[in-house]
Amino acid sequence: MKYLANVTTLNYVSEKCAGCGRCVEVCPRGVFEMLDKRAAITDKDLCMECGACAKNCEFGAISVNSGVGCAAAIINSMITGGPPSCDCSDGESSCCG
Amino acid sequence: MQMQTLKFVKKIAPPWAAGSIPIPGGSVYKVSTDWSRADYWGMIKSRVGGFRMNYAVTPGLYAVGEPTQDSDVFVTANYKLSFDILRRELKGMNTWILVLDTKSINVWCAAGKGTFGTDELIERVGASNLDKVVTHRRLILPQLGAVGVCASEVQKKTRFRVSFGPVQARDIPAYVRAGYKKNKEMCTITFSMIDRLILTPMEINPAMKKFPWFAGGTLLLFGLQPQGILFKNAFSGGLPFLLLLLLAIVSGAFLTPALLPFIPFRSFAIKGWIMGLLAILLVVQGLVLVDVHTMPLLAMTYLFFPALSSYIALQFTGSTTFTGISGVKKELKIGIPLYAGAAGVSLIMIVVFKLREWGLV
Repeated sequence: MKYLANVTTLNYVSEKCAGCGRCVEVCPRGVFEMLDKRAAITDKDLCMECGACAKNCEFGAISVNSGVGCAAAIINSMITGGPPSCDCSDGESSCCG
Repeated sequence: MQMQTLKFVKKIAPPWAAGSIPIPGGSVYKVSTDWSRADYWGMIKSRVGGFRMNYAVTPGLYAVGEPTQDSDVFVTANYKLSFDILRRELKGMNTWILVLDTKSINVWCAAGKGTFGTDELIERVGASNLDKVVTHRRLILPQLGAVGVCASEVQKKTRFRVSFGPVQARDIPAYVRAGYKKNKEMCTITFSMIDRLILTPMEINPAMKKFPWFAGGTLLLFGLQPQGILFKNAFSGGLPFLLLLLLAIVSGAFLTPALLPFIPFRSFAIKGWIMGLLAILLVVQGLVLVDVHTMPLLAMTYLFFPALSSYIALQFTGSTTFTGISGVKKELKIGIPLYAGAAGVSLIMIVVFKLREWGLV
C-alpha cells in the first residue's frame, strides 16, 4: 500500500553517503537499497516520514521532516499551536498502546 | 488470608517470573516464555480501551532460559504486551531482555515520542550494569525503535553496538539463525487485514463516545414542535437518522480500515467518503429510510453522512504503517474546508426542513 504521491519531505544527498547501510537496516518501508556501496532510493513515495533513517545517518546524508502522521494529532496541533503529538486524547484512553 | 498471601507474593515476583538468576551485584528475574490466561486476557483488554494505559512491566534487566555473559541482549519497551510478545518469541533461547521505561507505551509509538530513545537506552544500560553482566558489546533492538534511537550515539556513550533486528519479534529466531542478518520481509512492516482489524476497536470506541450527543441532538431536533417536544415525532423522524449515523461510523471506522487496499484512491478522505456514500446509498434506497420527497433532508443525508465517514476514515491515518505527516496535512488542508462546508449546508437544510415542517415557509 502506498500513500499520497510526491508529498514526502525525504531528502537524500548521495554524495555524503559513506555506505554504512544503516538506512537500509532501519527503514521499515524499503525506501533504501545498497547500490555500488552507496545507498540509493527505490521509491520515494513509499516513505512514511518516520525519521529513522535521518536519526541514524551519521553522515548527514538524509533529512526528513518527521512527525506524527495522524489526523487527530495534526488537528489538535492546529488548535493548540504545538507540534502534532500522540498525547491528544483525554488521558483515559490514548490511541498509543 | 489466602488472598493476602497471594498479593504479597505478587508484589515480590511478577506472575510471569520463573525464579531468578544471579548477576554481578544482585539478581534478575527469569521470565517464563509461556503466556498465562491472565496474559491473554490482558492482551484483549489492552486492544480495546483505556486498560492499555497502565499495562506495564518494571524497566530493567531480565533473563530468558540460562543466559551467560556471551548471550544476546534484546531491548524492548515496558508496555507489557510488547514485553509479552518478545518473551514468547524467545522460547527455547538463552538471552537477556533489557526493558526500557517507555511509560507503558509500545516500541513504535514510544520511539516516535522519544521515550524509547537514545538517552533512556544509555541510562538503562548503565543502571543495569550490563557491561558487567555480559562481556560482549552488542545490543539488539527492534527495528521500529530506530525512530527514537541513534545507534552511533549509543555506541559512543556505552561502547555497545546497536543492531536493529527484525520489525516483528516472531522473526527473531530466524534472524539469529541467519547470523543476525535480516531479509527484506523481516525489514519491512506489513499491514494485513488482521493487523487492520485489530486496530479498529480503537477507531470505533472514540467515535461511539460522541454518539450519545449526536443521538440526543437528532431526537431533540425531530421532537421539537411548535407545541413542545413530542416523543412520537422524535422517534419516528429521528430513528432513521440515528441508524444512518451508526452506519457512517461503521463505514469510516470499520469498513474503510478493513477494506483499505481494495477501495480506490490513495487518499483516506476519499476512501472513507466512497464507503460512506455506498453504505448510505444502499440503506437509504434499499430501506427507503428517508422520504425521498423531503428534499432538504435527502440532500442533508447525502451531504453529511458520507462526509462524516470520510472524516472518521481520515483518523485511521494515525494507526497505519504507511502514511506520513505531509500527506495527512495535505488531506486536512483540502478536507477541513469541505467538511465544514458540508456540515454548514447540512445545518441550513435542517433549518429549511424544520421551517417547512412548522409551515413557516
